[in-house]
Amino acid sequence: MSVSIGYFPGCSGLGTSMEYERSTRAVCTSLGLSLREIPDWNCCGSTPAHTVDHVLSAALSSRIFAQAESAGITDVITPCPSCLKNLRNCLDGMEDPLFAARVEALTERPLHMRHSVRSVLQVLVEDIGPEAIAARVRRPLAGLKAVPYYGCLMTRPGEVMRFDNPENPMGLDRLLEALGVEVLPFPLKTDCCGASFAVPAREAAPRLGGRILDLAASLGADLVVVACPLCQMNLDLRQSQIKAKSGGSYRLAVPYYTQLMAYAFGLPDADAGFHKLAVGMQPALERMRDRAVQKAAQEREEAAKRAVRNKAAAQKMASPAPLPEAEAAEKDAGPAGGEA
Amino acid sequence: MDTIYLNSPDSLFIREVEEESGQVLSRCYQCGNCTAGCPMAFSFDSPVSRIMRLIQAGQKEAVLSSRAVWLCASCETCTQRCPNTIDVARIMDVCRHMARREKKSGIYAVKVFFDSFLLAVERHGRPHELGIMALFMARTGRFWTDLDLAPTMLTKGKMALLPHNVEGRGEVAEIFRRFRDGASDAALVKALRGGRAATAPGGPGMRERGVSEEKSGEGLA
Repeated sequence: MSVSIGYFPGCSGLGTSMEYERSTRAVCTSLGLSLREIPDWNCCGSTPAHTVDHVLSAALSSRIFAQAESAGITDVITPCPSCLKNLRNCLDGMEDPLFAARVEALTERPLHMRHSVRSVLQVLVEDIGPEAIAARVRRPLAGLKAVPYYGCLMTRPGEVMRFDNPENPMGLDRLLEALGVEVLPFPLKTDCCGASFAVPAREAAPRLGGRILDLAASLGADLVVVACPLCQMNLDLRQSQIKAKSGGSYRLAVPYYTQLMAYAFGLPDADAGFHKLAVGMQPALERMRDRAVQKAAQEREEAAKRAVRNKAAAQKMASPAPLPEAEAAEKDAGPAGGEA
Repeated sequence: MDTIYLNSPDSLFIREVEEESGQVLSRCYQCGNCTAGCPMAFSFDSPVSRIMRLIQAGQKEAVLSSRAVWLCASCETCTQRCPNTIDVARIMDVCRHMARREKKSGIYAVKVFFDSFLLAVERHGRPHELGIMALFMARTGRFWTDLDLAPTMLTKGKMALLPHNVEGRGEVAEIFRRFRDGASDAALVKALRGGRAATAPGGPGMRERGVSEEKSGEGLA
């Protein structure tokens, strides 16, 4: 069964976060979510717009909703938390008649429908759920160690974003666990990475990204898994700049959670889009396979030991002087025990 | 920092911040929780809790010429953690709006970056990274900005050479033009609506933060 929902890709999906865009679409399709893109959408204005004026920012978002209305779309989802915050602030703000009138004075396109907007992550976690996601996994990511990094805006402020615990969200943790990932507790999961100042305040911004990457590396993570195009670009593309300040020597891949989903679902490599990351996934995937092989060997060894112990116990239970038949039965049980 | 003259508070400034942010400033009792959680505090000249105190004391000049209002990353940690549910990040945003209106130079590079971004949106309907960076470099003279990243971005196919034009970009440009012409001015819109919204709260923040009863009560009194 397919559910149809409005979709706002956000500008970064056309360039810097094209792998997020492609993997999001692929994952949603494979989970039965049919995305209807808003026609001829514009930029929400991101951080720059709301630092200039809240009505201007809301007007840019309001044109997006007006475009949605032209296609009969009311409910919208978006992968980008920064877009989401602006779209939400627009809808929440326009509940106030004066604010709505000021926005309409700029757009001259009043809205007529009741709209809602949520993040793709929230829909996957709350509507689809980890069980359904786990059921879709073809290539489990067992052996992969990752820290979940939600970024500052996905859950904050709680009253605007209305998703999960604002300070210690667990939705992305559960989703990654459903893929088989070993999720490490990450105390900085909602701390700011400084992305919006990466260009104009280069003396300040790398400190914030550095804290996040340093901690992830020291916890032994292979990956920092993200859900925000601004965080991703900051922590991945700018990792070399950040390390030049912090002196770190790690190379941490920073994939979007949707890329890991596409990979785990067994979708084509082009949908997972690992080749688009600045820091490659290959070392992390190799470590994952090594750990999986080690774990399997360990399990085989333990199973063999268990079989030996069981055999000894069975011998004790039987007569003190083993009969020839019992010995023969033990020989048969040997390889079978190894397989268990 | 400079001496603060408490005998000359700018009460108009205090009222403006309250109206534009929809927040009640007297709720701040200086617990410092906002500053404790602020990730940019190390780069601020006045930490955010001190900015709050300066606003309460009506120190317009000190607030609007601070570096802090330009370096706030809008990460919303302060808003989330305020025990008195003050939307602190919104107040920082509003101070930044006022600093622009008062033509404060602020932190030039930050202002230029945001302006360059919005100019691209105004022209094309969507930002164009290469154009934004070119404009930023030309205006700030920082010609080396992120040149180290260009090879990776190009080989990964992530840097569009041409802008992504929106068909309705004329409509988006009109939004900016009307904004510059003052079409969204609160007093003007109120007057045009025939005073129907005269007692409505000033912004979205107030309703969200649950203080609308107090404020609209004042308005009716």
